[in-house]
Amino acid sequence: MGVNLTMARERGQLVFLEGLKSAVDIFFQAQEKPHPLQFLREANAGNLKPLFEFVREALKPVDSGEAGWTYPVLLVDDLSVLLSLGLGAVAVLDFIHYCRATVCWELKGNVVVLVHDSGDVEDEENDILLNGLSHQSHLILRAEGLATGFCRDVHGQLRILWRRPSQSTSQRDQSLTYQYKIQDRSVSFFAKGMSPAVL
Amino acid sequence: MLDSLLALGGLVLLRDSVEWEGRSLLKALVKKSALCGEQVHILGCEVSEEEFREGFDSDINNRLVYHDFFRDPLNWSKTGEALPGGPLGALRAMCNRTDLGPVTIALDSLSWLLLHLPCTTLCQTLHTVSHQDSCPGDGSPVGKVHVLGLLHEELHGPGPMGALSSLAQTEVTLGGIMGQASARILCRRPRQRPTDQTQWFSILPDFSLDLQEGPSIESQPHSDPHIPPVDPTAHLTFNLHLSKKEREARDNLTLPFQFSSEKQEALLRPRPSQATSHIFYEPDAYDDLDQEDPDDDLDI
Repeated sequence: MGVNLTMARERGQLVFLEGLKSAVDIFFQAQEKPHPLQFLREANAGNLKPLFEFVREALKPVDSGEAGWTYPVLLVDDLSVLLSLGLGAVAVLDFIHYCRATVCWELKGNVVVLVHDSGDVEDEENDILLNGLSHQSHLILRAEGLATGFCRDVHGQLRILWRRPSQSTSQRDQSLTYQYKIQDRSVSFFAKGMSPAVL
Repeated sequence: MLDSLLALGGLVLLRDSVEWEGRSLLKALVKKSALCGEQVHILGCEVSEEEFREGFDSDINNRLVYHDFFRDPLNWSKTGEALPGGPLGALRAMCNRTDLGPVTIALDSLSWLLLHLPCTTLCQTLHTVSHQDSCPGDGSPVGKVHVLGLLHEELHGPGPMGALSSLAQTEVTLGGIMGQASARILCRRPRQRPTDQTQWFSILPDFSLDLQEGPSIESQPHSDPHIPPVDPTAHLTFNLHLSKKEREARDNLTLPFQFSSEKQEALLRPRPSQATSHIFYEPDAYDDLDQEDPDDDLDI
């Protein structure tokens, strides 16, 4: 997308927690302080307080006298994995709640979270997580395949739902559907049925 | 009906969903209570105080007492800023209030409480808060208590939902059609039959309630008066209908496999004009022309 992530990481603009690598560290290296993924070592269903503290530490302004980075964005990819690792849906929701309080309310930033819909499979915990997150969100983007099946030129459909009640009178105009095609480094969007391939 | 929800005391459940959110209605009812001169307590667990107060003017905001459980509900920061006892402690404290005027308690949200507290504890506390009839001790009547609980339907199973329903005097379920919001109001008054009504409404930007008649027929998108409906049977390159002559000819036709009496006679009586068929045979060089009939030895 034209952004140099390596340089951003070196400048301190990007902080990246690689879950897989970090999870291996927790088992094979001695930890002096609580590890962000400490819950993996606990026998009972724990909470994500250490992970939240990692996020909060990463967002603390650097004491170098320069102006720090403003309006942070927290990207979480993806929360459904945490459910598979044994955490309860409420623990994950609490983590996102605290992230919202710090990133959105305190630092005026944004939180973007990816979660998978279990679809036809009955997964109660995932449904609680998905619905709980939806209720906490101001904007929901639902990406799904086309109802008619696979298409080479239209990869899927995106439904956009705004849930920001205080800004609207005609609240229900705030649901839109677009179709999209994923290209090499970008995504192109078009209205339903208006793909350049079929016009 | 929606604007007289607060006339009864007790617990009012506002059941919302992802598609039809209920916080605006909660805020509209909170505004109504504040305008009636009641004291309003908000137990805020899901949104920040600023976000909840957004849209209210200052005289409403001055009447709202906000108990902030958004910033640190589980006491993770351990700075001592979190209110002691958590949301349950605050709710229990409201059972022991000393002032006697009418009060409205808004729970934002009851779902958050139900996910974090045992259902029985929550139900017992809600029952105590919403049924404060008389002040213990001097017996003088206490003003009505209205408890408004915002409940996200999809998050809870039938057990807890049923328990809360049985505690509630009024249940409002939010829904809608084609951009128009509706509230289905189930009301249980003591010694009266429960009533079930649907009210269409919208919430104005200042959080006043605008009651409406329902989705109007003209707003439905399927008929556009500017484009006349096209007759698909006009201008075709084939016939869809038969003329009279064509219909008669069709009726007089006998089907090839229909066995009528004329056909039966024709088959039984060979026609004399019918010529016998001929077979022309040109033998090849390798053909063995044996005049002897191979079937001669059969004894038929």
